[in-house]
Amino acid sequence: MAIRSLLSINKKKQKGVIVDRNKENSFPADLMTKCPECKKIYLSKELENNLKVCTNCDYHYKMTAWERVSILLDEGTFESFDENLRTSNPLKFPSYLEKIEIDSLKTGLNEAVLTGMGSIKGAQVVIAIMDSHFRMGSMGSVVGEKITRAIEKATEYELPFIIFTASGGARMQEGVISLMQMAKTSVALKRHSDHGLLFVSIMTHPTTGGVSASFASLGDLNIAEPQALIGFAGRRVIEQTVREKLPDDFQTAEFLLAHGQLDAIFHRKEMRDKLATIVKLHQKGGVSNV
Amino acid sequence: MSKSLDFEVPVVKLREKIQELKEIAKNADVDMSTEIETLETRLQQLETKIYTNMEPWDRVQVARHAQRPTTLDYINEIFSDFIELHGDRSFGDDEAIIGGIASFNGQPITIIGHQRGKTTKENIRRNFGMPHPEGYRKALRLMKQAEKFKRPIICFIDTKGAYPGKAAEERGQSEAIAKNLFEMAGLKVPVISVVIGEGGSGGALALGVANRIFMLENSTYSVISPEGAASILWKDATLAKQAAEAMKITAYDLKAMNIIDGIVIEVAGGAHRDVQAQANELKECIHNALTELTILSETELINDRYDKFRKIGEFIEEEVEVKVDGKVDVEVEVN
Ligand SMILES: [Zn+2]
Repeated sequence: MAIRSLLSINKKKQKGVIVDRNKENSFPADLMTKCPECKKIYLSKELENNLKVCTNCDYHYKMTAWERVSILLDEGTFESFDENLRTSNPLKFPSYLEKIEIDSLKTGLNEAVLTGMGSIKGAQVVIAIMDSHFRMGSMGSVVGEKITRAIEKATEYELPFIIFTASGGARMQEGVISLMQMAKTSVALKRHSDHGLLFVSIMTHPTTGGVSASFASLGDLNIAEPQALIGFAGRRVIEQTVREKLPDDFQTAEFLLAHGQLDAIFHRKEMRDKLATIVKLHQKGGVSNV
Repeated sequence: MSKSLDFEVPVVKLREKIQELKEIAKNADVDMSTEIETLETRLQQLETKIYTNMEPWDRVQVARHAQRPTTLDYINEIFSDFIELHGDRSFGDDEAIIGGIASFNGQPITIIGHQRGKTTKENIRRNFGMPHPEGYRKALRLMKQAEKFKRPIICFIDTKGAYPGKAAEERGQSEAIAKNLFEMAGLKVPVISVVIGEGGSGGALALGVANRIFMLENSTYSVISPEGAASILWKDATLAKQAAEAMKITAYDLKAMNIIDGIVIEVAGGAHRDVQAQANELKECIHNALTELTILSETELINDRYDKFRKIGEFIEEEVEVKVDGKVDVEVEVN
């Protein structure tokens, strides 16, 4: 749980939202971290200073949406959108809203995605960042609506749209309404694309199900973080269906790259630079004026 | 005679009893016409009662009925001059999706649909109507072809879902589905989708970004199967019946949620009891929708589709404080 302590790095008052991200997470156990991949034990501070990437084996820890804002965007430029949207309970699932409330308090987000506008090395972009700490990043009405509104704003302001996905897929508790968010976000992306605008999708761990089968796969550039799990169906479901052994690297970013399903894999350390370059190369009027 | 389903057992039993009485009366030389008449009236009442009060789970059973009409059945009944067109031009031909050109009341159209088999042998060939990426890519190829020749597109949705397999993942199942959602959004011709059986998740939606969406009365459309929902919700797949109810997957549920445009009423007991009558009902529905859509311009069709999906979603929008400079500032306290 050491990564939790990192939640405090973006504690300054974000546009209108006051959240104490530090409270429940600052206990001594957070001082040390054991890498789940290579089992190396090191100081949590070391991990924080390395963008939550294992210094020994390059394992990319999950990040919160706010953490990504702070490592990607120019300082102080991020303006969050649509924090006034709240999840309702269309299918009347018992304790659904309570679960939302708990995750909302835990993450400081109104739902599993943070959307807004900011700049990367001076270039204005609209960005959406999913947070798997909120209901596994699953997509219900609010997630679909926030992403769609962000895309529409990017279209309106003629800006690139960038998304970091992290999701288990459509949210079951909102039933077929969740499924339809796949279509809603896709029609919005089509309109954005028809305006000649850039969309970059960066798939982070994990990106599966309905999110993988909609906006996550629709980038002009489809990028992933190293070792991220990306796929349509779950590994267990596939194993039960086909009754064959799946390779160890099945559905990893590297597996997808090898099968021609990704444009590139970017290490977290180079993400900001590469994204800035991609945005620059797509600016209207060429790159010379930047 | 097709196999009876659990919920219709009383009807079947009564029907058998009447048959039995008729046999007895014939051989025993006694007049039992009054008794038989009474029972036949009761049978009629029972049929009405059972077939008009079907539970979601009953409808799931009908939707999954082995003899339920498939895309091909409707193609044969509703359209003429059908020519099947195969292949995605890059990997292969996925028989879990069937597509082609035909005429509908004299008008050229493109038809695309999931295709189940009715026998085990056919189901193996068609992978139980669960497509691989090449199936979705074939569908998209035929949609773009329809667009070129300004033909309306009719899609039939009938799948448990996109196939969850190793090869499907390797060839980009997610991307294939996503690309269909994206490209269908921009089609310059009318698109009508009809759920005729099971509409399972993204694999169904990939033929569903339409101007008009209809569901046969006993079909279902859902984000996850009732069994899948039950095992996640209650860790018990045998509670599928309850899940079918909780997940709101029937045509009536989707109509109430304003996701679909209309319900195509089924013949009593389900479409499999009279394919021709069912096809006629469906034909009229498609005809009416096409009449509405053909008057729209290309831009209007695209905007119509946009608006249709744009409005789907249920959430609460809290009041925000509007500052003097017009900038919206959200005041939310979390703690
Ligand atoms: Zn490590």
